Amino acid sequence: MLEIKNLHARSEDTEILKGINLRVQTGEVHAIMGPNGSGKSTLAHVLAGREDYEVTAGEILFNGKDLLELSIEERAAEGLFMAYQYPVEIPGVSNKYFLKAAINSIRKHHGQPLIKTSEFLELLKANLAKLGMDKSMMERSVNEGFSGGEKKRNEILQMAMLRPRLAVLDETDSGLDIDALKIVAEGVNALRSPDRGMIVVTHYQRLLDYIVPDFVHVLAGGKIVRSGDRTLAHELEAQGYAFLETEPASV
Amino acid sequence: MSSEAALLEDYSKREYKHGFVTDIEADSLPPGLNEDVVRSISLKKGEPEWLLEWRLKAYRHWLTLTEPTWPHVKYPTIDYQRMVYYSAPKQKPLLDSLDQVDPKLLETYEKLGIPIEEQKALAGVAVDAVFDSVSIATTYKQTLTDAGVIFCPFSEAVREYPELIRKYLGSVVPAADNFFAALNSAVFSDGSFCYIPEGVRCPLELSTYFRINAQNTGQFERTLIVADKGSYVSYLEGCTAPKRDENQLHAAVVELVALDDAQIKYSTVQNWYPGDEQGRGGIYNFVTKRGACRGVNSKISWTQVETGSAITWKYPSVILQGDNSVGEFYSVAVTANHQQADTGTKMIHLGKNTRSTIISKGISAGVGQNSYRGLVKIQKNATNSRNFSQCDSLLIGDKCGAHTFPYIEVRNTSSQVEHEASTSKVGEDQIYYCQQRGIPTEDAVNMIVNGFCKEVYQELPMEFAVEARKLLSISLEGSVG
Repeated sequence: MLEIKNLHARSEDTEILKGINLRVQTGEVHAIMGPNGSGKSTLAHVLAGREDYEVTAGEILFNGKDLLELSIEERAAEGLFMAYQYPVEIPGVSNKYFLKAAINSIRKHHGQPLIKTSEFLELLKANLAKLGMDKSMMERSVNEGFSGGEKKRNEILQMAMLRPRLAVLDETDSGLDIDALKIVAEGVNALRSPDRGMIVVTHYQRLLDYIVPDFVHVLAGGKIVRSGDRTLAHELEAQGYAFLETEPASV
Repeated sequence: MSSEAALLEDYSKREYKHGFVTDIEADSLPPGLNEDVVRSISLKKGEPEWLLEWRLKAYRHWLTLTEPTWPHVKYPTIDYQRMVYYSAPKQKPLLDSLDQVDPKLLETYEKLGIPIEEQKALAGVAVDAVFDSVSIATTYKQTLTDAGVIFCPFSEAVREYPELIRKYLGSVVPAADNFFAALNSAVFSDGSFCYIPEGVRCPLELSTYFRINAQNTGQFERTLIVADKGSYVSYLEGCTAPKRDENQLHAAVVELVALDDAQIKYSTVQNWYPGDEQGRGGIYNFVTKRGACRGVNSKISWTQVETGSAITWKYPSVILQGDNSVGEFYSVAVTANHQQADTGTKMIHLGKNTRSTIISKGISAGVGQNSYRGLVKIQKNATNSRNFSQCDSLLIGDKCGAHTFPYIEVRNTSSQVEHEASTSKVGEDQIYYCQQRGIPTEDAVNMIVNGFCKEVYQELPMEFAVEARKLLSISLEGSVG
C-alpha cells in the first residue's frame, strides 16, 4: 500500500533524508528506530506533507497514487493518519467538534453525506470506552491543558474515529509513564487490522514490547541502515545505537 | 508558499458581500454644515424649540473642538463641508404592514440574508428597521405595548414622550462630550428610543438594523435606552452597508441608563463596508457608546463583534454609579486588508462593591492594525470594587499589528484589578494539525479563529452568535489558496 523509493528531503539547506526505500503492505506493522537526528520524525512529516520539508528526489506511492502530488488534507482523506509526537492545542474548539469536522471533511472528499449526529455519538462513545477516556474530555478544547498521557490517548482516539488505512505514529511513547504507555499501546493494538498498515517511529525499544512490529528498520544519517524482524529491536536494546558507527551500513 | 504567506496573499482577494446600492429616491439636504442646516433638520423632523436649542448649543460647541488625534489610526482629513447631513427615503414611514414597504427595501434586506419577514416569523424579534435615517417599519408593536415597553424611532419619541427624552437625552453622553458626540448632537437624524417600565422584563429581544445607503450621507444615529427599576432588556444592533467609493462617516451616539436592579444587554454585530483591498472607501465608524449603571445592583453588558468599517473608533463604556452595579464588555474586533481599529472600553467605578469584566479579542490580518484601548478607573469611594480584564490578540500573517493600551487608575486600597494580555499567531502548527485530520486550510482557519472568539460568542444571543460566525467566515473567505 505504501512504497517509498529513493526518497531525499531537506529542510532549508540541510539534507535530512538521503535515499529512503521502504515498502509497507496492509496488515503490517513497521517500526522505524534510530538515534536522535537520524531523520525518523522528518520521514513521518514528509509522509504527512508538512511544508517545512522539500522533497528533492524520489517518489512515494500510496495505494497506487502519487502521494507527493496530494495536499496534506487530501493525503488524510485518502487514509493517511499521523499521531503527533507533540499534539497541537486549539483553544476554544471542542474535541467533539474537531472530530466531527474531521470526519465530515473526509466524507466530503469522497462525496459521501455528512455523518448523522446519532451515529457519530455512538461511535465516539464506543471508542472512548475502549480507550478508557472520560466523556467530559470531549467537551474540552482540543488538547488544551491535557496531560502528556491524555494528549497521546486523544491521538489514538482520533485514529480510531478516522479509521485510516495507514497510521504513522511519531514517537508516541515519548513523555509517557509505563501505565500510560500500556493504555496507548493497547489502543493501537486494537486498531491493528489486516486492511491497515502502521509505521511506528520510536527511539526506544520499550514501546515495541507492547506494540510488537512485524519489521524493524534502523534509520541513521538519513538512510535505512539495517532492516530485520522484531529481534533487531532487541539487538539494538542490548548494544545501543553505538554499533551503527562501527558496522558498515547495509540496506 | 507557506500556508501563512498564502493566507496573507489571498486576504486581499476577499470581496465585500453586501456591496450593492438600492436605487431609491432620497430627500436630501445639500452638502455642508452650518446653523441653517441644523435648523432645517430640526424643522424637517418637526421638533420642539428646546431640542433645536440643544442641537444649536451642541453645534456651537463643536465649532470650538478639534478632531481627536490620539487614536492609533490614520486617515485623510475629513471635509465636513462636503458631507450631506440629512437624507431620508422619500416614502413616508407611516406604514402598519410590510406590504406597504417599498419592495426594493425588502429586497435589500433579503440580499443581506436578514429578511424582515423571516425574522418576524422565526426569531420573534421586533425590528425597528432604519434605512438611511428614517425608520421604515416597526413590528411587534402590540406585544411591546401590552408589556408597557416603548420602542420607537427617536423622532417619534420626541413627539410622544418628550418628558422622557428631555430627562435622559445627553444625560450619559453630554452634547459637549467629544468632537464626534457634539457633531452627532447637532445633526442627528433619527435612531431608536427604548423605555422599559419598572419591573418589566422585555418580552422580546429588540433589534434594529442600520444601513447606510445614499451616497456621501454621514449617518448620525441616536439611541437611548432607559431601563427603569427592576427591568430587563436585551437589545441587538446589526449593521451592514452597501459598497461605494468614498469614505462615509458614521458618528452615532448610544446612551444607556439602568436604574435600581435593572439590566441592559446591548449586542452589536457590525459589518460595514471596510474598503477595498487597497484601502479605498469604507466606513469611518466613530461612535460614542456609554451606559450608566445609575441604580444599585444594576448591570450593563456590551457585547460587540466588529468585522467591518475602514476605521473603527469606539469605546463602549460603563459608569458604575450605583453600589453593587456590574459592567461587562465582550468584544471581537477583526481588521483585515487596510482596516484599522482602535477600540476598547472604559469602566468607571464610582459606587461601592462595583464589578467589571473586560474580555477583548482582537484579530488582525493583511496589513490591518488592531488596538485595544481600555481604561479601568476605580474612584476613592468605590471601595471593594473589582475588575478583571483579558485582552487577547491573534495575528494572521506578519504584516499586521496588534497593540494594547491599558490604563488603570485605582484610588483606594480595598479594590482589586487584574489584567491579562496575550498575543498569538494562527500557528502553522495548528493549521497543519487540522489539515492532517482532513480539514481543509480555510475551514481550519475559521475553526481556530472561532475558537479564539468563543468566550465572546457565548455572550451573544443565539441567532446573533450564528450571524457573527457567518460574518467571520465571510471575512476569512478566500483567505487561503
